[in-house]
Amino acid sequence: MITIDEKLCKGCNICTEFCPHHVYEESENLNKKGVHIPVPENEERCTKCQVCSLLCPDQAIKVDEEDEN
Amino acid sequence: MEKTRESRFMKYLRKDRLPNIFCAGCGNGIVMNTFFNGMEMAEINMEDVVLVSGIGCSSRIPGYVKCDSLHTTHGRPISFATGVKLANPDRNVVVFSGDGDAAAIGGNHLIHGARRNIDLTVICINNSIYGMTGGQISPTSPQGSYGSTAPYGSLENPFDLSKLVTAAGASYVARWTTAHPLQLSSAIKKGLKNKGFSFIEVVSQCPTYFGRKNRMKSPLDMMQWMKEESVVKRKADRMDVAELEGKIIVGDFQKKDAPEFSERICQLSSEKCPLEKPSAVRSAYRGD
Repeated sequence: MITIDEKLCKGCNICTEFCPHHVYEESENLNKKGVHIPVPENEERCTKCQVCSLLCPDQAIKVDEEDEN
Repeated sequence: MEKTRESRFMKYLRKDRLPNIFCAGCGNGIVMNTFFNGMEMAEINMEDVVLVSGIGCSSRIPGYVKCDSLHTTHGRPISFATGVKLANPDRNVVVFSGDGDAAAIGGNHLIHGARRNIDLTVICINNSIYGMTGGQISPTSPQGSYGSTAPYGSLENPFDLSKLVTAAGASYVARWTTAHPLQLSSAIKKGLKNKGFSFIEVVSQCPTYFGRKNRMKSPLDMMQWMKEESVVKRKADRMDVAELEGKIIVGDFQKKDAPEFSERICQLSSEKCPLEKPSAVRSAYRGD
């Protein structure tokens, strides 16, 4: 499961561009600061490689190692 | 938000200070993540780490990390770190520094740290510009790049920091970019494990100043540029100068075994000390 912390995200979109499987997409949702928060639209493609959590400059992304259900 | 829903690096950060001050898409946050990742790979405990930094955007990183840290004067983090290392030789001392901090005002401290081969890990975040003060040209700005002090393009030859530090005598030198987070993590791991002066140059993006003035407005443009223009050292060795024009050479520049300074100082003082235990060196801050 992928969680994006809306309080920390600054909307740089590095995750949407650099995810090797294009899991993230830009969205129309705005957070309190008026930043477009990316959404994990294609989560079924995720291989849990953790590149997004390593590349997020604001430590806003959490990718669970294993599915809880 | 529940505790389990936070980034895996959140346990190392001072949460009350977040979100950090860096611009959207700044490379400093990525270097911070790769440092934590490299530290986990090297199996080093956060309790044993001391972070030292000077002045600049990149030097704000230790302020967000939950560990012993030292924010020092401009250009002098390596001098302070030398003192920390000699007083506490069992600590892992890591210096976070920018290109203006390490190469311009602290250039001498950098080469003399490398010459002594003291056991420090210096992570130099090279964004090719003075980001904090308004986009002035720094010693590593590529020739022809624009900045607020070079409206017609920089005329100066830039420093090749990795080659400079290799020539000065460091025992581990590597260069990667923020677009190579996995390779960078393993370089940081090697640097932390190396007994001696380790220098890791991270070519990073400053979308606010370098990118805006050099036709790469977004952090994505800058990271794509770094990814496309980087050439691995092994391949670059077979290319000629004309082909390497404008390329970023990445990879390990130096890896050698050399005598380490703090170990030799401890050995010397225990040999010369009339008492058996050289307390001045081994436990300056322990009070025993």
